[in-house]
Amino acid sequence: MTTTATRPVGAQARASISARTLRTDRWWIAPLITVIGLSAWIAYATVRVYMHKWFFVEDYHYLTPFYSPCLTDRCGEAAEFGTFLPSWWIIPEAALTLPFLLLFRLTCYYYRKAYYRSFWLSPPACAVPDGHKTYSGETRFPLIFQNAHRYAFYAAGIISVINTWDAIKAFHSPEGFGFGLGNLILILNVVMLWAYTLSCHSCRHIAGGRLKHFSRHPVRYRFWTFVSKLNTRHMQLAWITLATLAITDFYIMAVSAGWFGDVRFIN
Amino acid sequence: MGEKRQFKVWRGDETGGDLQDYQVEVNEGEVVLDIIHRLQATEAPDLACRWNCKAGKCGSCSMEINGMPRLGCMTRMSTFSEDETITVTPLRTFPVIRDLVTDVSFNYEKARETPAFAPPADLAPGEYRMQQIDVERSQEFRKCIECFLCQNTCHVVRDHDENKKAFSGPRTFIRAAELDMHPLDAREDRKTYAQQHQGLGYCNITKCCSEVCPEHIKITDNAIIPMKERVVDRKYDPLVWLGSKIFRRHPDDDQLVQSGSSHAVSAGPAMTGVDLPDAHERTEEQEVERGVNWHRRVGPAQLPAVGANGRLGVSEAAFDRSGAASPFGDDVEFPMPPRDLNYAHPDQD
Repeated sequence: MTTTATRPVGAQARASISARTLRTDRWWIAPLITVIGLSAWIAYATVRVYMHKWFFVEDYHYLTPFYSPCLTDRCGEAAEFGTFLPSWWIIPEAALTLPFLLLFRLTCYYYRKAYYRSFWLSPPACAVPDGHKTYSGETRFPLIFQNAHRYAFYAAGIISVINTWDAIKAFHSPEGFGFGLGNLILILNVVMLWAYTLSCHSCRHIAGGRLKHFSRHPVRYRFWTFVSKLNTRHMQLAWITLATLAITDFYIMAVSAGWFGDVRFIN
Repeated sequence: MGEKRQFKVWRGDETGGDLQDYQVEVNEGEVVLDIIHRLQATEAPDLACRWNCKAGKCGSCSMEINGMPRLGCMTRMSTFSEDETITVTPLRTFPVIRDLVTDVSFNYEKARETPAFAPPADLAPGEYRMQQIDVERSQEFRKCIECFLCQNTCHVVRDHDENKKAFSGPRTFIRAAELDMHPLDAREDRKTYAQQHQGLGYCNITKCCSEVCPEHIKITDNAIIPMKERVVDRKYDPLVWLGSKIFRRHPDDDQLVQSGSSHAVSAGPAMTGVDLPDAHERTEEQEVERGVNWHRRVGPAQLPAVGANGRLGVSEAAFDRSGAASPFGDDVEFPMPPRDLNYAHPDQD
């Protein structure tokens, strides 16, 4: 009997295709933009954090989020929580919060995707081979610490409260209530920071994702539904907050340095 | 009458092969699978390709089109420019059988290893009641058509074949999540199982599985990340660890249920002992014991007629009888006599 059927037997070989990838679209654009965007932001933030000046506008009580809460002797009136940190140049004014914000973004499920793909090339794009001979994922040191994301989330929640406090204080100019373009920018930044923080996958899990029976927890179910809606925009919010942080900081730096004045609506 | 377009199709088997050039007529409204069928009807009658429904619902025609894992029947020719050469290759991650057909049994083995639904001990069949909001998360994952594009595109196994042993892949993760979120599933150890035996930690959430899913299941956001967070609850959360110490929660709560262990879902009419890891060590009587208590004797199940590799043959030509063997075993005749049916409610007896 003749048969043309091939039976699967034992360990077999994959199809021998020599090309590493056969993708013809420009799959390298997304990782390239990510590398450029994240590198530029990190460079800007690092320079700004170590400038140790132009972080506060005394007239309108504008404090940049990169220096909040301000905890060294250089802070002057910007200090809301004391100035107990040493004034050594290597210590940022917000040395107590910046590491947690960095950890929050480093362990964020979106940023992980972004930098694993673009910086670590693991993989650079779908169906494009990754740049490493071996791979153990997040099963062992150091990447197993990505599981600490929810603690960074708790910290980021507290820091968002501090940022909100800064934005509220900024309405208090020396002549009483005041309102300018800087206030709008600070408020927008805080709203976006809250949106990014609440859209976090860990927040979604804590809000209600961990439940087995939504019907027994109607309030948590509604909160979970709200966070889930935000969560679908987590990537956009991650980039929007990088932009609002940089814009807020730049505006306050410019007003503080006297490059241009704040546009005031009231007082 | 359509126009001729350039195609490259991988032809070969496990001993080797290469991309071969074809010029095929393309008409308006056609998809890549139509072109493969036209190739079979004209130039290459021996071109091997799996297909079935042509509607994106059976998950058979998975292939790589211009390097991207896709369903042949859901990839419109109108998405390519007219002068573009379209490359069609088999799934890279799995061993090739011939041409566009690959041996995807890796996925079935991983599916078989995943513990099945464990019924609650206090409910008899027919008494299950669930609210829609409790099951809707699991229902998203039931949309899976098992095309295995996610398994194929996942770099953990695609680029590192050695991880196949430790890593079950996105399709199995959504199954784990589906059951862990199921309101009536009685197993408590799915998180631990996902981490220790399915290799959940290998996933670095680069989301290619979600990108290629033809059913648009949010595999990463709705299954893998929630499962990772559930593992964090159990394994990496010092507050939970402290809580378990203070409230003296049973230390084995998140351990895998061992063979012969009496806790979990042992009593009542439900399935007993969910001890899948050593299923092959059980006797037939124990298998019957594990079954649902139907209030009558249920004969031991017959093994299906599979070969030494544990699979049914791929074609009836390879069998020693006419027609393919029944996957239910040779002793089962259809239609089954009513008293052999196992879906009767116990109260009806």
